Amino acid sequence: MTMSTSPLESAKTAVETSSGLDIESIREDFPILAVRPYGKPLVYLDNAATSQKPRQVIDAIRRYYEGENANVHRGIHYLSQVATEKFDAAREKVQHFVNAAHSHEIVLTSGNTESINLVASSYGGAFLGEGDEILLTHMEHHSNIVPWQLLREKMGVVLKIAPVNDDGEIIMEDFERLLGPKTKFVSVVYVSNALGTINPVKEIVRLAHAAGAVVLLDSAQAVPHLTVDVQDIDCDFLSFAPHKMFGPTGIGVLYAKAELLERMPPYKGGGDMIKSVTFEKTLYNDLPFKFEAGTPNIAGVIGLGAAVDYLTNIGMDKIAAREAELLSYGTRILESIDGLRIIGRAKEKASVLSFIMESAHPHDIGQILDQEGIAIRAGHHCTQPLMQRFGIPATARASLSFYNTEEELDALGAALHKVNEVFG
Amino acid sequence: MSNERALYQKVILDHNKSPRNFGVMEDPDFEAEGYNALCGDQFRVYLRIKDGIIEEVQFEGSGCAISKSSASIMTTLLKGKTREEAKLLFDNFKGMITSNPDASFDAKELGKLIVFSGVREFPIRVKCATLAWHTLLAALKGEADTVSTE
Ligand SMILES: Cc1ncc(COP(=O)(O)O)c(C=O)c1O
Repeated sequence: MTMSTSPLESAKTAVETSSGLDIESIREDFPILAVRPYGKPLVYLDNAATSQKPRQVIDAIRRYYEGENANVHRGIHYLSQVATEKFDAAREKVQHFVNAAHSHEIVLTSGNTESINLVASSYGGAFLGEGDEILLTHMEHHSNIVPWQLLREKMGVVLKIAPVNDDGEIIMEDFERLLGPKTKFVSVVYVSNALGTINPVKEIVRLAHAAGAVVLLDSAQAVPHLTVDVQDIDCDFLSFAPHKMFGPTGIGVLYAKAELLERMPPYKGGGDMIKSVTFEKTLYNDLPFKFEAGTPNIAGVIGLGAAVDYLTNIGMDKIAAREAELLSYGTRILESIDGLRIIGRAKEKASVLSFIMESAHPHDIGQILDQEGIAIRAGHHCTQPLMQRFGIPATARASLSFYNTEEELDALGAALHKVNEVFG
Repeated sequence: MSNERALYQKVILDHNKSPRNFGVMEDPDFEAEGYNALCGDQFRVYLRIKDGIIEEVQFEGSGCAISKSSASIMTTLLKGKTREEAKLLFDNFKGMITSNPDASFDAKELGKLIVFSGVREFPIRVKCATLAWHTLLAALKGEADTVSTE
Protein backbone atom coordinates (compact mmCIF):
# COMPACT_ATOMS: atom_id res chain seq x y z
CA MET A 1 0.00 0.00 0.00
CA THR A 2 1.41 3.36 -0.92
CA MET A 3 0.44 5.91 1.60
CA SER A 4 1.92 9.17 2.60
CA THR A 5 2.77 9.03 6.26
CA SER A 6 4.81 12.19 6.48
CA PRO A 7 2.01 14.48 7.74
CA LEU A 8 1.29 11.98 10.48
CA GLU A 9 4.89 11.66 11.50
CA SER A 10 5.54 15.36 11.52
CA ALA A 11 2.40 15.85 13.54
CA LYS A 12 3.60 13.28 16.00
CA THR A 13 7.03 14.73 16.62
CA ALA A 14 5.41 18.09 17.26
CA VAL A 15 3.43 16.73 20.20
CA GLU A 16 4.72 16.85 23.71
CA THR A 17 3.09 14.66 26.30
CA SER A 18 2.77 17.44 28.78
CA SER A 19 -0.10 15.95 30.76
CA GLY A 20 2.25 13.74 32.74
CA LEU A 21 -0.10 10.76 32.65
CA ASP A 22 1.26 7.25 32.40
CA ILE A 23 -1.00 6.12 29.57
CA GLU A 24 0.46 2.62 29.45
CA SER A 25 -0.54 1.85 33.01
CA ILE A 26 -3.88 3.63 32.63
CA ARG A 27 -4.67 1.39 29.67
CA GLU A 28 -4.00 -1.63 31.84
CA ASP A 29 -6.91 -0.52 34.01
CA PHE A 30 -9.28 -1.20 31.11
CA PRO A 31 -9.63 -4.95 30.52
CA ILE A 32 -11.66 -4.43 27.35
CA LEU A 33 -8.72 -2.83 25.56
CA ALA A 34 -7.32 -6.36 25.22
CA VAL A 35 -10.17 -7.36 22.89
CA ARG A 36 -9.02 -7.94 19.32
CA PRO A 37 -11.84 -7.43 16.83
CA TYR A 38 -11.13 -9.47 13.67
CA GLY A 39 -7.68 -10.20 15.09
CA LYS A 40 -6.68 -6.51 15.17
CA PRO A 41 -6.00 -4.36 18.22
CA LEU A 42 -9.15 -2.60 19.40
CA VAL A 43 -9.05 1.13 18.78
CA TYR A 44 -11.98 2.44 20.75
CA LEU A 45 -12.93 5.92 19.56
CA ASP A 46 -16.61 5.88 20.50
CA ASN A 47 -16.26 7.30 23.99
CA ALA A 48 -19.01 9.88 23.53
CA ALA A 49 -21.48 7.04 23.05
CA THR A 50 -20.22 5.28 26.15
CA SER A 51 -16.81 5.07 27.74
CA GLN A 52 -15.08 1.84 28.68
CA LYS A 53 -14.96 0.77 32.32
CA PRO A 54 -11.82 0.48 34.40
CA ARG A 55 -11.19 -2.58 36.53
CA GLN A 56 -11.75 -0.44 39.64
CA VAL A 57 -15.37 0.13 38.64
CA ILE A 58 -15.98 -3.44 37.53
CA ASP A 59 -14.45 -4.69 40.80
CA ALA A 60 -16.58 -2.38 42.93
CA ILE A 61 -19.73 -3.74 41.29
CA ARG A 62 -18.58 -7.32 41.65
CA ARG A 63 -17.61 -6.73 45.28
CA TYR A 64 -21.05 -5.35 45.94
CA TYR A 65 -22.85 -8.35 44.46
CA GLU A 66 -20.45 -10.84 46.05
CA GLY A 67 -20.14 -9.39 49.52
CA GLU A 68 -22.47 -6.46 50.14
CA ASN A 69 -25.72 -7.05 48.28
CA ALA A 70 -28.82 -5.91 50.18
CA ASN A 71 -31.53 -3.33 49.73
CA VAL A 72 -30.69 0.13 51.00
CA HIS A 73 -32.31 2.45 53.53
CA ARG A 74 -34.65 -0.20 54.85
CA GLY A 75 -32.73 -3.06 56.42
CA ILE A 76 -31.72 -3.56 60.00
CA HIS A 77 -29.19 -6.22 59.15
CA TYR A 78 -25.46 -6.14 58.53
CA LEU A 79 -25.49 -6.31 54.74
CA SER A 80 -28.11 -3.64 54.41
CA GLN A 81 -26.02 -1.31 56.53
CA VAL A 82 -22.91 -1.95 54.44
CA ALA A 83 -24.82 -1.45 51.20
CA THR A 84 -26.48 1.71 52.51
CA GLU A 85 -23.16 3.17 53.62
CA LYS A 86 -21.58 2.52 50.24
CA PHE A 87 -24.62 3.89 48.46
CA ASP A 88 -24.70 7.08 50.51
CA ALA A 89 -20.95 7.49 50.19
CA ALA A 90 -21.25 7.33 46.41
CA ARG A 91 -23.72 10.20 46.45
CA GLU A 92 -21.28 12.25 48.50
CA LYS A 93 -18.47 11.46 46.09
CA VAL A 94 -20.61 12.75 43.26
CA GLN A 95 -21.47 15.82 45.30
CA HIS A 96 -17.80 16.69 45.82
CA PHE A 97 -16.92 15.80 42.25
CA VAL A 98 -19.16 18.54 40.85
CA ASN A 99 -18.78 20.70 43.96
CA ALA A 100 -22.45 20.74 44.96
CA ALA A 101 -23.16 22.43 48.28
CA HIS A 102 -25.16 19.49 49.68
CA SER A 103 -25.39 15.78 48.98
CA HIS A 104 -29.18 16.05 48.90
CA GLU A 105 -28.79 18.18 45.79
CA ILE A 106 -27.67 15.05 43.95
CA VAL A 107 -30.66 13.08 42.66
CA LEU A 108 -29.89 9.63 41.28
CA THR A 109 -31.92 8.72 38.21
CA SER A 110 -31.80 6.03 35.54
CA GLY A 111 -29.84 8.15 33.06
CA ASN A 112 -29.07 11.57 31.68
CA THR A 113 -32.27 11.30 29.67
CA GLU A 114 -34.36 10.64 32.75
CA SER A 115 -32.70 13.53 34.57
CA ILE A 116 -33.89 15.95 31.90
CA ASN A 117 -37.32 14.36 31.77
CA LEU A 118 -37.58 14.73 35.53
CA VAL A 119 -36.96 18.44 35.31
CA ALA A 120 -39.26 18.99 32.32
CA SER A 121 -42.00 16.98 33.94
CA SER A 122 -41.74 18.07 37.58
CA TYR A 123 -40.43 21.63 37.34
CA GLY A 124 -42.02 22.27 33.95
CA GLY A 125 -45.34 20.75 34.94
CA ALA A 126 -45.54 22.81 38.13
CA PHE A 127 -43.99 26.14 37.20
CA LEU A 128 -44.24 26.58 33.42
CA GLY A 129 -47.44 27.31 31.57
CA GLU A 130 -49.15 28.55 28.45
CA GLY A 131 -47.01 31.01 26.52
CA ASP A 132 -43.92 30.66 28.71
CA GLU A 133 -40.80 30.41 26.60
CA ILE A 134 -38.11 27.76 26.87
CA LEU A 135 -34.84 28.59 25.15
CA LEU A 136 -32.82 25.73 23.65
CA THR A 137 -30.03 25.76 21.08
CA HIS A 138 -29.68 24.22 17.65
CA MET A 139 -27.07 21.74 18.93
CA GLU A 140 -29.20 19.94 21.52
CA HIS A 141 -29.32 16.18 21.84
CA HIS A 142 -32.79 14.78 21.19
CA SER A 143 -33.04 14.10 24.91
CA ASN A 144 -32.91 17.85 25.52
CA ILE A 145 -35.52 18.57 22.85
CA VAL A 146 -38.24 15.96 23.07
CA PRO A 147 -39.02 16.32 26.81
CA TRP A 148 -39.69 20.01 26.17
CA GLN A 149 -41.87 19.18 23.19
CA LEU A 150 -43.86 16.83 25.42
CA LEU A 151 -44.24 19.70 27.85
CA ARG A 152 -45.34 21.94 25.00
CA GLU A 153 -48.12 19.48 24.17
CA LYS A 154 -49.23 19.40 27.78
CA MET A 155 -48.75 22.97 28.95
CA GLY A 156 -48.58 25.10 25.81
CA VAL A 157 -45.06 26.37 26.44
CA VAL A 158 -43.20 27.88 23.48
CA LEU A 159 -39.79 26.60 22.35
CA LYS A 160 -37.20 29.07 21.08
CA ILE A 161 -34.01 27.89 19.42
CA ALA A 162 -30.71 29.79 19.58
CA PRO A 163 -28.80 29.37 16.30
CA VAL A 164 -25.31 27.96 15.79
CA ASN A 165 -22.60 29.39 13.51
CA ASP A 166 -20.63 27.51 10.84
CA ASP A 167 -17.94 26.56 13.34
CA GLY A 168 -20.56 24.97 15.57
CA GLU A 169 -20.72 27.66 18.26
CA ILE A 170 -23.86 29.20 19.72
CA ILE A 171 -24.33 32.68 18.28
CA MET A 172 -24.40 34.51 21.59
CA GLU A 173 -25.88 37.76 20.25
CA ASP A 174 -28.88 35.77 19.04
CA PHE A 175 -29.03 33.82 22.27
CA GLU A 176 -29.19 37.09 24.15
CA ARG A 177 -31.77 38.51 21.80
CA LEU A 178 -33.98 35.44 22.25
CA LEU A 179 -33.88 35.80 26.03
CA GLY A 180 -36.94 37.88 26.80
CA PRO A 181 -39.44 38.62 29.53
CA LYS A 182 -41.33 35.45 28.64
CA THR A 183 -38.25 33.22 28.87
CA LYS A 184 -38.78 31.11 31.96
CA PHE A 185 -36.36 28.30 31.28
CA VAL A 186 -33.09 27.79 29.40
CA SER A 187 -31.84 24.28 28.64
CA VAL A 188 -28.48 24.01 26.92
CA VAL A 189 -25.91 21.34 26.25
CA TYR A 190 -22.61 22.06 28.05
CA VAL A 191 -20.46 20.12 25.58
CA SER A 192 -21.94 19.07 22.24
CA ASN A 193 -21.79 15.32 21.69
CA ALA A 194 -21.90 15.78 17.92
CA LEU A 195 -19.36 18.60 17.54
CA GLY A 196 -17.36 18.77 20.75
CA THR A 197 -18.15 22.47 21.22
CA ILE A 198 -17.72 23.60 24.81
CA ASN A 199 -20.39 26.21 25.35
CA PRO A 200 -19.79 29.34 27.46
CA VAL A 201 -22.02 28.08 30.23
CA LYS A 202 -21.13 30.67 32.83
CA GLU A 203 -22.09 33.43 30.44
CA ILE A 204 -25.25 31.55 29.48
CA VAL A 205 -26.26 31.17 33.12
CA ARG A 206 -25.47 34.81 33.89
CA LEU A 207 -27.57 36.06 30.96
CA ALA A 208 -30.41 33.66 31.68
CA HIS A 209 -30.54 34.57 35.37
CA ALA A 210 -30.49 38.26 34.51
CA ALA A 211 -33.55 37.58 32.36
CA GLY A 212 -35.19 35.74 35.24
CA ALA A 213 -34.92 32.26 33.72
CA VAL A 214 -33.93 28.98 35.35
CA VAL A 215 -31.11 27.04 33.65
CA LEU A 216 -30.44 23.36 33.02
CA LEU A 217 -27.12 22.25 31.58
CA ASP A 218 -27.06 18.89 29.81
CA SER A 219 -23.56 17.94 30.87
CA ALA A 220 -23.40 14.34 29.66
CA GLN A 221 -20.29 15.15 27.61
CA ALA A 222 -18.79 17.72 29.98
CA VAL A 223 -18.41 15.84 33.24
CA PRO A 224 -16.16 13.10 31.74
CA HIS A 225 -13.76 15.67 30.28
CA LEU A 226 -13.71 18.88 32.31
CA THR A 227 -13.65 20.03 35.90
CA VAL A 228 -17.29 20.90 36.50
CA ASP A 229 -18.14 23.16 39.44
CA VAL A 230 -21.88 23.70 39.78
CA GLN A 231 -21.51 26.47 42.36
CA ASP A 232 -19.08 28.37 40.21
CA ILE A 233 -21.28 27.96 37.12
CA ASP A 234 -24.34 28.75 39.26
CA CYS A 235 -26.65 26.63 37.07
CA ASP A 236 -29.95 25.54 38.60
CA PHE A 237 -29.94 22.03 37.16
CA LEU A 238 -27.16 19.94 35.69
CA SER A 239 -27.57 16.43 34.31
CA PHE A 240 -24.96 13.84 33.48
CA ALA A 241 -24.46 10.25 32.44
CA PRO A 242 -22.20 8.01 34.55
CA HIS A 243 -21.78 5.50 31.71
CA LYS A 244 -19.96 8.15 29.70
CA MET A 245 -17.60 8.81 32.62
CA PHE A 246 -16.30 5.27 33.13
CA GLY A 247 -19.21 4.17 35.31
CA PRO A 248 -21.99 1.70 34.58
CA THR A 249 -25.07 2.12 32.41
CA GLY A 250 -28.51 2.36 33.95
CA ILE A 251 -27.93 5.33 36.22
CA GLY A 252 -27.94 9.06 35.77
CA VAL A 253 -27.35 12.12 37.90
CA LEU A 254 -29.37 15.25 38.32
CA TYR A 255 -27.82 18.06 40.30
CA ALA A 256 -30.38 20.65 41.37
CA LYS A 257 -30.33 23.55 43.77
CA ALA A 258 -32.04 22.45 46.97
CA GLU A 259 -34.47 25.36 46.98
CA LEU A 260 -35.80 24.22 43.60
CA LEU A 261 -36.03 20.56 44.57
CA GLU A 262 -37.94 21.57 47.68
CA ARG A 263 -40.54 23.43 45.65
CA MET A 264 -40.85 20.81 42.94
CA PRO A 265 -43.50 18.07 43.14
CA PRO A 266 -42.42 14.41 43.04
CA TYR A 267 -41.95 12.91 39.65
CA LYS A 268 -42.68 9.28 40.36
CA GLY A 269 -44.54 7.68 43.23
CA GLY A 270 -43.59 4.62 45.22
CA GLY A 271 -41.46 3.34 48.05
CA ASP A 272 -38.53 5.35 49.45
CA MET A 273 -39.98 8.67 48.26
CA ILE A 274 -42.50 8.84 51.10
CA LYS A 275 -42.45 9.48 54.83
CA SER A 276 -45.86 8.02 55.51
CA VAL A 277 -48.75 6.76 53.48
CA THR A 278 -52.41 6.49 54.27
CA PHE A 279 -55.09 6.18 51.64
CA GLU A 280 -56.12 9.73 52.47
CA LYS A 281 -52.77 11.44 52.49
CA THR A 282 -49.12 10.75 51.76
CA LEU A 283 -46.25 12.70 53.25
CA TYR A 284 -43.28 12.96 50.90
CA ASN A 285 -39.79 12.14 52.00
CA ASP A 286 -36.95 14.64 52.36
CA LEU A 287 -34.55 15.49 49.55
CA PRO A 288 -33.27 13.81 47.54
CA PHE A 289 -35.45 10.79 48.27
CA LYS A 290 -38.59 12.60 47.21
CA PHE A 291 -37.33 12.07 43.66
CA GLU A 292 -36.04 8.53 44.04
CA ALA A 293 -39.03 6.22 44.17
CA GLY A 294 -38.41 2.52 44.38
CA THR A 295 -35.31 0.43 44.89
CA PRO A 296 -32.47 2.29 43.18
CA ASN A 297 -29.76 0.85 40.96
CA ILE A 298 -27.56 0.15 43.97
CA ALA A 299 -24.76 -1.60 42.11
CA GLY A 300 -24.80 1.14 39.51
CA VAL A 301 -24.51 3.88 42.12
CA ILE A 302 -21.65 2.08 43.86
CA GLY A 303 -19.99 1.69 40.46
CA LEU A 304 -20.47 5.40 39.88
CA GLY A 305 -18.76 6.10 43.20
CA ALA A 306 -15.80 4.01 42.05
CA ALA A 307 -15.72 5.87 38.72
CA VAL A 308 -15.62 9.21 40.55
CA ASP A 309 -12.75 7.93 42.70
CA TYR A 310 -10.95 6.77 39.58
CA LEU A 311 -11.26 10.15 37.87
CA THR A 312 -10.40 12.05 41.03
CA ASN A 313 -7.24 10.00 41.53
CA ILE A 314 -6.06 10.76 38.01
CA GLY A 315 -7.19 14.37 38.20
CA MET A 316 -9.60 16.10 35.84
CA ASP A 317 -7.02 18.76 35.00
CA LYS A 318 -4.60 16.14 33.77
CA ILE A 319 -7.35 14.40 31.86
CA ALA A 320 -8.38 17.64 30.16
CA ALA A 321 -4.76 18.42 29.28
CA ARG A 322 -4.18 14.94 27.87
CA GLU A 323 -7.37 15.08 25.82
CA ALA A 324 -6.43 18.49 24.43
CA GLU A 325 -3.18 16.91 23.18
CA LEU A 326 -5.07 14.06 21.60
CA LEU A 327 -7.57 16.43 20.03
CA SER A 328 -4.92 18.53 18.35
CA TYR A 329 -3.01 15.45 17.19
CA GLY A 330 -6.19 13.88 15.84
CA THR A 331 -7.23 17.12 14.17
CA ARG A 332 -3.95 17.28 12.30
CA ILE A 333 -4.30 13.67 11.19
CA LEU A 334 -7.79 14.29 9.85
CA GLU A 335 -6.62 17.44 8.09
CA SER A 336 -4.07 15.33 6.22
CA ILE A 337 -6.80 13.18 4.62
CA ASP A 338 -7.95 14.17 1.12
CA GLY A 339 -11.54 15.26 0.82
CA LEU A 340 -12.21 15.15 4.56
CA ARG A 341 -14.08 17.97 6.25
CA ILE A 342 -14.24 18.35 10.02
CA ILE A 343 -17.68 19.40 11.23
CA GLY A 344 -17.38 21.52 14.35
CA ARG A 345 -14.40 23.85 14.60
CA ALA A 346 -15.25 25.69 17.78
CA LYS A 347 -12.44 27.55 19.50
CA GLU A 348 -13.37 25.85 22.78
CA LYS A 349 -13.64 22.20 21.98
CA ALA A 350 -13.61 18.85 23.76
CA SER A 351 -12.06 15.74 22.23
CA VAL A 352 -14.72 14.99 19.62
CA LEU A 353 -13.84 14.76 15.92
CA SER A 354 -16.90 14.75 13.70
CA PHE A 355 -16.26 14.63 9.97
CA ILE A 356 -17.53 13.83 6.53
CA MET A 357 -15.63 12.66 3.46
CA GLU A 358 -16.20 13.36 -0.20
CA SER A 359 -15.47 9.78 -1.17
CA ALA A 360 -17.69 7.95 1.30
CA HIS A 361 -20.84 8.16 3.37
CA PRO A 362 -20.28 8.06 7.15
CA HIS A 363 -21.84 4.63 7.35
CA ASP A 364 -19.33 3.28 4.83
CA ILE A 365 -16.47 5.01 6.65
CA GLY A 366 -17.59 3.33 9.87
CA GLN A 367 -17.74 -0.03 8.12
CA ILE A 368 -14.19 0.17 6.71
CA LEU A 369 -12.86 1.38 10.07
CA ASP A 370 -14.62 -1.43 11.88
CA GLN A 371 -12.80 -3.95 9.72
CA GLU A 372 -9.58 -2.38 10.98
CA GLY A 373 -10.67 -2.81 14.59
CA ILE A 374 -11.50 0.88 14.93
CA ALA A 375 -14.78 1.75 16.64
CA ILE A 376 -16.33 5.08 15.71
CA ARG A 377 -19.92 6.18 15.42
CA ALA A 378 -21.64 7.07 12.18
CA GLY A 379 -25.00 8.75 12.13
CA HIS A 380 -26.83 11.81 13.33
CA HIS A 381 -25.76 11.31 16.97
CA CYS A 382 -29.30 12.05 18.18
CA THR A 383 -28.86 15.62 16.94
CA GLN A 384 -30.94 15.68 13.77
CA PRO A 385 -31.70 19.43 13.91
CA LEU A 386 -27.96 20.08 14.09
CA MET A 387 -27.33 17.84 11.07
CA GLN A 388 -30.05 19.77 9.23
CA ARG A 389 -28.30 23.00 10.21
CA PHE A 390 -25.13 21.76 8.51
CA GLY A 391 -27.07 20.33 5.56
CA ILE A 392 -25.75 16.81 6.07
CA PRO A 393 -27.57 13.59 6.95
CA ALA A 394 -24.86 12.26 9.23
CA THR A 395 -21.24 12.46 10.27
CA ALA A 396 -18.56 9.99 11.21
CA ARG A 397 -17.45 10.72 14.77
CA ALA A 398 -14.28 9.73 16.55
CA SER A 399 -14.63 10.67 20.22
CA LEU A 400 -11.45 10.44 22.23
CA SER A 401 -10.71 9.74 25.83
CA PHE A 402 -7.52 10.11 27.81
CA TYR A 403 -6.76 6.40 27.46
CA ASN A 404 -6.49 6.74 23.70
CA THR A 405 -3.04 7.10 22.16
CA GLU A 406 -1.30 8.84 19.29
CA GLU A 407 -0.68 5.39 17.78
CA GLU A 408 -4.42 4.77 17.74
CA LEU A 409 -4.95 8.05 15.93
CA ASP A 410 -2.28 7.03 13.43
CA ALA A 411 -4.28 3.85 12.86
CA LEU A 412 -7.37 6.00 12.32
CA GLY A 413 -5.47 8.05 9.75
CA ALA A 414 -4.26 4.95 7.90
CA ALA A 415 -7.79 3.52 7.84
CA LEU A 416 -9.16 6.78 6.46
CA HIS A 417 -6.61 6.63 3.65
CA LYS A 418 -7.97 3.18 2.99
CA VAL A 419 -11.49 4.59 2.80
CA ASN A 420 -10.29 6.90 0.05
CA GLU A 421 -8.62 3.98 -1.72
CA VAL A 422 -11.75 1.84 -1.63
CA PHE A 423 -14.22 4.56 -2.59
CA GLY A 424 -12.04 7.08 -4.41
CA MET B 1 -10.56 -11.40 -0.33
CA SER B 2 -10.67 -9.08 2.63
CA ASN B 3 -13.99 -8.58 4.31
CA GLU B 4 -14.62 -5.06 3.13
CA ARG B 5 -13.94 -6.07 -0.47
CA ALA B 6 -16.48 -8.86 -0.05
CA LEU B 7 -19.05 -6.24 0.92
CA TYR B 8 -17.98 -3.44 -1.40
CA GLN B 9 -17.72 -5.33 -4.67
CA LYS B 10 -16.59 -3.46 -7.77
CA VAL B 11 -20.09 -3.30 -9.21
CA ILE B 12 -21.38 -1.77 -5.97
CA LEU B 13 -18.64 0.85 -5.91
CA ASP B 14 -19.32 1.66 -9.55
CA HIS B 15 -23.05 2.14 -9.02
CA ASN B 16 -22.32 4.19 -5.91
CA LYS B 17 -20.09 6.51 -7.91
CA SER B 18 -22.22 6.64 -11.04
CA PRO B 19 -25.78 5.77 -10.11
CA ARG B 20 -28.03 4.79 -13.04
CA ASN B 21 -31.49 6.24 -13.62
CA PHE B 22 -30.68 8.91 -11.06
CA GLY B 23 -32.68 12.11 -10.87
CA VAL B 24 -36.14 13.51 -10.36
CA MET B 25 -38.85 12.25 -12.74
CA GLU B 26 -41.43 14.74 -13.93
CA ASP B 27 -45.01 13.51 -13.72
CA PRO B 28 -44.41 9.97 -12.53
CA ASP B 29 -47.40 7.66 -12.26
CA PHE B 30 -46.26 6.60 -8.82
CA GLU B 31 -43.64 7.76 -6.37
CA ALA B 32 -42.69 7.14 -2.79
CA GLU B 33 -40.07 8.23 -0.31
CA GLY B 34 -37.95 5.93 1.82
CA TYR B 35 -36.07 6.97 4.91
CA ASN B 36 -33.67 5.19 7.19
CA ALA B 37 -33.78 7.16 10.42
CA LEU B 38 -30.64 5.57 11.81
CA CYS B 39 -28.31 6.65 9.00
CA GLY B 40 -30.32 9.48 7.50
CA ASP B 41 -30.48 7.70 4.14
CA GLN B 42 -33.29 9.10 2.06
CA PHE B 43 -34.46 8.14 -1.42
CA ARG B 44 -37.40 8.83 -3.69
CA VAL B 45 -38.40 6.22 -6.24
CA TYR B 46 -40.43 7.23 -9.32
CA LEU B 47 -42.35 4.92 -11.64
CA ARG B 48 -44.11 5.07 -14.97
CA ILE B 49 -46.38 2.07 -15.46
CA LYS B 50 -48.33 1.17 -18.58
CA ASP B 51 -50.78 -1.73 -18.82
CA GLY B 52 -49.42 -3.16 -15.60
CA ILE B 53 -45.83 -3.14 -16.87
CA ILE B 54 -43.08 -0.98 -15.40
CA GLU B 55 -41.90 1.29 -18.21
CA GLU B 56 -39.55 3.61 -16.41
CA VAL B 57 -37.94 3.79 -12.98
CA GLN B 58 -35.87 6.57 -11.52
CA PHE B 59 -34.59 7.40 -8.10
CA GLU B 60 -32.94 10.28 -6.34
CA GLY B 61 -31.71 11.02 -2.85
CA SER B 62 -28.66 10.25 -0.76
CA GLY B 63 -27.34 7.41 1.27
CA CYS B 64 -24.44 5.09 1.90
CA ALA B 65 -22.75 3.06 -0.82
CA ILE B 66 -24.88 0.01 -0.09
CA SER B 67 -28.23 1.79 -0.16
CA LYS B 68 -27.37 3.92 -3.16
CA SER B 69 -25.93 1.14 -5.30
CA SER B 70 -28.83 -1.10 -4.36
CA ALA B 71 -31.25 1.58 -5.54
CA SER B 72 -29.29 2.06 -8.74
CA ILE B 73 -29.03 -1.64 -9.56
CA MET B 74 -32.70 -2.08 -8.73
CA THR B 75 -33.68 0.51 -11.31
CA THR B 76 -31.74 -1.34 -14.01
CA LEU B 77 -33.67 -4.55 -13.36
CA LEU B 78 -37.27 -3.46 -13.34
CA LYS B 79 -38.05 -2.30 -16.85
CA GLY B 80 -40.61 -4.58 -18.49
CA LYS B 81 -41.57 -6.29 -15.25
CA THR B 82 -45.04 -6.55 -13.75
CA ARG B 83 -45.70 -5.57 -10.14
CA GLU B 84 -45.73 -9.24 -9.20
CA GLU B 85 -42.43 -9.91 -10.92
CA ALA B 86 -40.84 -6.93 -9.17
CA LYS B 87 -42.15 -8.13 -5.83
CA LEU B 88 -40.85 -11.65 -6.48
CA LEU B 89 -37.41 -10.29 -7.33
CA PHE B 90 -37.36 -8.38 -4.06
CA ASP B 91 -38.44 -11.47 -2.12
CA ASN B 92 -35.58 -13.44 -3.66
CA PHE B 93 -33.15 -10.61 -2.99
CA LYS B 94 -34.22 -10.22 0.61
CA GLY B 95 -34.14 -13.98 1.08
CA MET B 96 -30.55 -14.03 -0.10
CA ILE B 97 -29.19 -11.13 1.95
CA THR B 98 -30.90 -12.30 5.13
CA SER B 99 -29.76 -15.89 4.72
CA ASN B 100 -26.96 -17.57 6.58
CA PRO B 101 -23.60 -16.67 4.99
CA ASP B 102 -23.02 -20.36 4.25
CA ALA B 103 -26.41 -20.97 2.67
CA SER B 104 -26.60 -21.45 -1.07
CA PHE B 105 -28.86 -19.33 -3.24
CA ASP B 106 -30.26 -19.42 -6.74
CA ALA B 107 -27.78 -17.35 -8.70
CA LYS B 108 -29.86 -17.46 -11.84
CA GLU B 109 -32.91 -15.90 -10.28
CA LEU B 110 -30.89 -13.17 -8.59
CA GLY B 111 -28.74 -12.20 -11.55
CA LYS B 112 -26.86 -8.96 -10.89
CA LEU B 113 -28.17 -8.79 -7.35
CA ILE B 114 -25.62 -11.42 -6.36
CA VAL B 115 -23.09 -8.63 -5.81
CA PHE B 116 -24.93 -7.96 -2.54
CA SER B 117 -24.28 -11.44 -1.15
CA GLY B 118 -21.59 -9.90 1.10
CA VAL B 119 -24.34 -8.12 3.02
CA ARG B 120 -25.12 -11.48 4.65
CA GLU B 121 -21.97 -11.01 6.74
CA PHE B 122 -23.20 -7.63 7.96
CA PRO B 123 -26.81 -7.94 9.16
CA ILE B 124 -26.85 -4.27 10.13
CA ARG B 125 -26.52 -3.37 6.45
CA VAL B 126 -29.64 -5.29 5.37
CA LYS B 127 -31.63 -2.13 6.05
CA CYS B 128 -29.38 -0.19 3.70
CA ALA B 129 -29.66 -2.78 0.93
CA THR B 130 -33.45 -2.98 1.12
CA LEU B 131 -34.34 0.70 1.58
CA ALA B 132 -34.90 1.43 -2.13
CA TRP B 133 -36.82 -1.82 -2.56
CA HIS B 134 -39.18 -1.03 0.30
CA THR B 135 -39.67 2.39 -1.26
CA LEU B 136 -40.39 0.75 -4.62
CA LEU B 137 -43.03 -1.50 -3.07
CA ALA B 138 -44.67 1.50 -1.44
CA ALA B 139 -44.68 3.31 -4.79
CA LEU B 140 -46.14 0.25 -6.53
CA LYS B 141 -48.92 0.14 -3.98
CA GLY B 142 -49.51 3.82 -4.53
CA GLU B 143 -48.77 4.60 -0.91
CA ALA B 144 -47.92 8.21 -0.46
CA ASP B 145 -46.46 7.94 3.00
CA THR B 146 -42.78 7.80 3.77
CA VAL B 147 -41.65 4.26 4.39
CA SER B 148 -38.98 3.46 6.85
CA THR B 149 -36.72 0.48 7.24
CA GLU B 150 -36.47 1.01 10.96
C1 LIG C 1 -25.14 15.62 25.15
C2 LIG C 1 -25.95 14.41 25.48
N1 LIG C 1 -27.12 14.56 26.09
C3 LIG C 1 -27.86 13.50 26.42
C4 LIG C 1 -27.47 12.22 26.16
C5 LIG C 1 -28.36 11.09 26.55
O1 LIG C 1 -27.76 10.31 27.51
P1 LIG C 1 -28.36 8.89 27.89
O2 LIG C 1 -28.76 8.25 26.59
O3 LIG C 1 -27.24 8.21 28.54
O4 LIG C 1 -29.53 9.10 28.77
C6 LIG C 1 -26.24 12.02 25.53
C7 LIG C 1 -25.78 10.66 25.21
O5 LIG C 1 -25.88 10.17 24.12
C8 LIG C 1 -25.47 13.14 25.18
O6 LIG C 1 -24.31 12.99 24.56
